[in-house]
Amino acid sequence: MAQTVFEPWEDPDQKPLIQFRNVTKRFGAFTAIDNLSLDIFEREFFALLGPSGCGKTTMMRMLAGFEAVSEGAIYLSGQDIGPVPPNKRAVNMMFQSYALFPHLSIWDNIAFGLKRDRLPKNAIGDRVSEMLKLTRLEKFAHRKPHQISGGQRQRVALARSLAKAPKLLLLDEPLGALDKKLRQDTQFELMDIQEKTGTTFVIVTHDQEEAMTVASRVAVMDEGRLIQVDTPARIYETPTSVYVADFIGDVNIIEGHGTKSGDGYDVTFAEGQPVLHAKTSRDLGSAGKCYLAIRPEKVSISAEKPEGKTNLVKGAILDIAYLGNLSTYHVKLASGQIIKAQTANTRRIARRDLTWEDEVWLSWTETAAVVLES
Amino acid sequence: MRRLVLIAVPYLWLLALFLIPFLIVLKISLSDTALAIPPYTPTLDLGAGWAGVKAFFTGLDFENFWFLTTDELYWKAYLSSLQIALLSTIMTLMVGYPIAYGMAQARDEWRPTLMLLVILPFWTSFLIRVYAWMGILSREGLLNQFLLWTGVTNEPLTILNTDTAVYIGIVYTYLPFMVLPIYAALEKLDESLLEAAEDLGCSRASAFWLVTVPLSKSGIIAGCFLVFIPALGEFVIPSLLGGSQTLMIGKVLWEEFFNNRDWPVASAVAVILLLILIIPIILFQRNEQKQREAEG
Repeated sequence: MAQTVFEPWEDPDQKPLIQFRNVTKRFGAFTAIDNLSLDIFEREFFALLGPSGCGKTTMMRMLAGFEAVSEGAIYLSGQDIGPVPPNKRAVNMMFQSYALFPHLSIWDNIAFGLKRDRLPKNAIGDRVSEMLKLTRLEKFAHRKPHQISGGQRQRVALARSLAKAPKLLLLDEPLGALDKKLRQDTQFELMDIQEKTGTTFVIVTHDQEEAMTVASRVAVMDEGRLIQVDTPARIYETPTSVYVADFIGDVNIIEGHGTKSGDGYDVTFAEGQPVLHAKTSRDLGSAGKCYLAIRPEKVSISAEKPEGKTNLVKGAILDIAYLGNLSTYHVKLASGQIIKAQTANTRRIARRDLTWEDEVWLSWTETAAVVLES
Repeated sequence: MRRLVLIAVPYLWLLALFLIPFLIVLKISLSDTALAIPPYTPTLDLGAGWAGVKAFFTGLDFENFWFLTTDELYWKAYLSSLQIALLSTIMTLMVGYPIAYGMAQARDEWRPTLMLLVILPFWTSFLIRVYAWMGILSREGLLNQFLLWTGVTNEPLTILNTDTAVYIGIVYTYLPFMVLPIYAALEKLDESLLEAAEDLGCSRASAFWLVTVPLSKSGIIAGCFLVFIPALGEFVIPSLLGGSQTLMIGKVLWEEFFNNRDWPVASAVAVILLLILIIPIILFQRNEQKQREAEG
């Protein structure tokens, strides 16, 4: 049986769970969110990604109800949530600082929201046990927050915010306080829990790797605007702007002059360098200044001149960054540009033949580079 | 060696300023009155050698403590002091908590000024401030003039020389001791905890009772002890603002020492007062330690 792909954003019949409609948020003279519209669908794991101060946290705080919109409206299941106070919204938030109540045990922290709903005692007990089991915290139920580790605290915060089975869970930099190894494990745990509970997650992060790993869709933000909203793969492979290409991962940006040619563009970027060709379905107009974005891992490097390649340039190795599994070569062309090429280190270090100052050839396919407008 | 010196300093301090004075008072409380200087016997006569020491110890007895139980004035004064101290502690808490809360909510640039305003009264003499209250509370005082002028009352109220004046005096005097520890606890409170409580379904008011109050508990306890302990032995306020019917153990103590010149009975009163105070002092210390552990 073929598995159906989860892509509600491609289906025009799907009703979004959350709709931002021309939302603007101002703090005094400062515009934090600038006329922004966005749809988020049920069961999505949606990431808001951007540098600090881009407005992603403001978006989240507006969803939680801690900030009111200045203009526009936010709809949750079709209902305008503007007038609904935070304690009446079917939205829960996991705070960056976790905000665990230090005077309450783990059990009482998780039960806190349930008790506010005046559920019967055994219903609360059952729900808390379920949450403790989900986050593997059974052993720590009677400890206080200061008696457990950072990773455990993170799980308590998650259990507490999930306990009320919200329609929407907001996660504000949920893994920011964890060290790298734990963060990677926890990312998969989060995805697992999201899948199990079927809750819609909106995560705020400045860590692009984290956003790429966990999210079904990523919104890249800058200065209160959405730059691109797409799946992680499309954000990475087909960025629509230099900003996104540069923000996500490592990239070579080559500035040049493009002319339409066949199924793509020919780009001249420096005197004495060959014309580069990139396939694209996008139309940038007839000709003009443009950028080529090429991921370093899509550039192959070789000591001998390869045959039959369209995009082929020659340069000298300036620097080698050895990362263990990968090596990144910084190659300086005769015209001054530096192009990064990345290769997987499938051979042992002694067997590799490239070293500093070596003359090398760089090449990439016609589909490897993305043509972007200036 | 260095550690020994470091530990020795506070212990020597306590020994010289607490334990030795206490032992002297204890000794006097076990003595008898005498028309002499000092006004009690026996005194230790080291010149007489071993016999002198022996005579000194045989001269000591618990007679004065026994005397305290025979006259109902004393236990009534203890009970009345406890009552006044307890009630005024509660009142100080009710006045002090909103002040501390307001200070903690105030904008950052305002806080030092507000803090200064709380501490400012300490810059003038305590005695002068109590005298000032006499001027405010007397029948011809500012308060009565104001009440008559606004027409709230037709007759001037008798406030001075009543228990009410004592409560006002104690609440006023010890307010900073209540405000400062509560403020210290509230200031540390993480704003996101209140947001989390609201997010989980609390109203503003229930978030205050379920999060703010429990998390300022250590400040409340510290403030209450800092008011209760000195208020219990308070002498100046009841003798200046209180009336003849205001019975407080501090006043009784003063009268025994200076009016009756009965040092031994006065010392016995002081020793009992100290024993009563030791319980809240121990509880206070335990609270402080628990808080340090929770933070550590």
